Amino acid sequence: MTPASRTAGAATRRRRLGSVGWHLAAVALLAVILYPVVWVVSASFKPSGSIVGSLELFPQEPTLGNYQRAAEGMAGISVLRFFWNSAVLAVLAVVGTVASSALAGYAFARLRFRGRTVLFVLMISTLLLPFHVLIVPQYAVFQNLGLVDTYVPLLAGKFLAAEAFFVFLMVQFMRGIPHELDESARIDGAGPWGIFWHVVLPLSRPAMVTTAIFTFIWTWNDFLAPLIYLSTPDKYPLPLALQLYIDQTTLSDYGALMAMSMLALLPVIGFFLFFQRLLVDGVATSGLKG
Amino acid sequence: MTSSTVDSARPAAAGRRRPATPPSGRRNGDPMAGYLFLSPWIVGMLLLTVGPMAASLYLSFTDYNLFTTPEWVGLDNYRRLVDDDRWLQSVRVTAGYVLLAVPLKLAAALAVAMLLNQRRRGQGFYRAAFYGPSLIGASVSVAIVWKALFSDDAVVDRLLSWVGLDSGGWVGNPDFSLLMLVLLAAWQFGAPMVIFLAGLKQVPAELYEAAEVDGAGRGRRFWSVTLPMISPVLFFNLLLETINSFQIFTSAYVIGGRNGSPAGSTLFYTVYLYDRGFTDFRMGYASAMAWMLLLGVGLVTAMLFRTARGWVHYSGDNR
Repeated sequence: MTPASRTAGAATRRRRLGSVGWHLAAVALLAVILYPVVWVVSASFKPSGSIVGSLELFPQEPTLGNYQRAAEGMAGISVLRFFWNSAVLAVLAVVGTVASSALAGYAFARLRFRGRTVLFVLMISTLLLPFHVLIVPQYAVFQNLGLVDTYVPLLAGKFLAAEAFFVFLMVQFMRGIPHELDESARIDGAGPWGIFWHVVLPLSRPAMVTTAIFTFIWTWNDFLAPLIYLSTPDKYPLPLALQLYIDQTTLSDYGALMAMSMLALLPVIGFFLFFQRLLVDGVATSGLKG
Repeated sequence: MTSSTVDSARPAAAGRRRPATPPSGRRNGDPMAGYLFLSPWIVGMLLLTVGPMAASLYLSFTDYNLFTTPEWVGLDNYRRLVDDDRWLQSVRVTAGYVLLAVPLKLAAALAVAMLLNQRRRGQGFYRAAFYGPSLIGASVSVAIVWKALFSDDAVVDRLLSWVGLDSGGWVGNPDFSLLMLVLLAAWQFGAPMVIFLAGLKQVPAELYEAAEVDGAGRGRRFWSVTLPMISPVLFFNLLLETINSFQIFTSAYVIGGRNGSPAGSTLFYTVYLYDRGFTDFRMGYASAMAWMLLLGVGLVTAMLFRTARGWVHYSGDNR
């Protein structure tokens, strides 16, 4: 309902001006926001000595030397090793989280049993629980089991549906699947497992994909848990290796550090470019955060 | 979307959209099935959450270094906290950070969401691009880049000196180092922005038209229509960002180290907890710290819920 009093021509001109202004504002804002990202990409190609003070976005004498030094890694361990460690951890975390959250989600969303309500409330309440309340005893348990400096403490929670966010996401999604479908599967003789496997799981693919992508990225970026549990450098994932690098070189080789930072960011940026629509929609509908 | 989130926190209103439950309990088979499907979660709950919580509460009343048996000391750890200057410092740093970072991040998120809520070309692209930093913000890489950008004579320092301000680099300056981390948090406004955007899209256009007919200007429409209509989303974002901000660790540790350099200005609660527990192996003390954190987060959450009654409006059909 545009006010009829305004003449059509003036309104169009105003709209066009508004549109130009809007895009200018959005692009300017975007430039500021993305500056650090562009800066690090460019810095990783600059000679090590001229990084910190430099403002220009294009290296004057681009070099691959930083990446060569980064590839050599540290303490005699190639950067590929850290990459591999990160990948192993992230992939196992994805498998564990998707499987265990789907199982738990199915139980909460589609099955009826005594105590479901109480358990569901318990699950929801762990959403708000700070991880730090648990780390000391968790560490003590894993230490007594002789599992410190292995990947078990980093992955146990993933296989045991400890990330309430993803269980909740599954519950929300599975509740929306029409019940008529399991009715007919039941008439065909399917039990709860058959219905889960043949009906609910295939239809839950969007929730599973969202869970998988976020789990991958969060595990890839995770720092605190590896910092606590791992002590042998050749088991380190990339973030921990980066920290080790800072400690060892005391920032003397900024170039290699920037190159390594880029390498560590690469898979995340790749996922983002590939799945951005899905990631953004996932946040909008489920309240997952970055 | 948030109101649905809040709704489903309550157990599904039994059989609302289903026909009456069959009498025999045939609904998806036998009653044990639920527990079978839940078994990984139940094991995890007991071993990784409930058990450790109980243990942590117990340990907080003991002297425990991981290698000898815990020795009961009563309230000693808690009493010592109040005399611990570094603990007090970590509380101050964290409180200051939460108070600055959360409002700044949410304001940026809301402002950009409102900008993007207009029907324009390329909106999807902007939405994704602004969300990007939220995904990488908590990584070690970004913390390293941030440190490089804010170092002495680096980008930010130079830009400031052009406008006549000499900061001497924010990394080494205790007056600015916290602000640097606040800006890093605000930089990741994308996630709450996306949620705001989803909320803004739900506001019925008729409300704005009606307000305009009544002669309400831009500001008036924002305060009287937008804000009340998105208050559930605002509350959700506020709650989540507050709880998350209390737990900032990676960027603080990478930038300030274990001691919160410079001069303890980035000694966040979690950094100090880590230092006490995993460098000094004073696990009892760290447990007491963890419980104080839980208490603090719990209190703030409860306060937020209490004030929410006054300003969070759910549309009539919900309650």
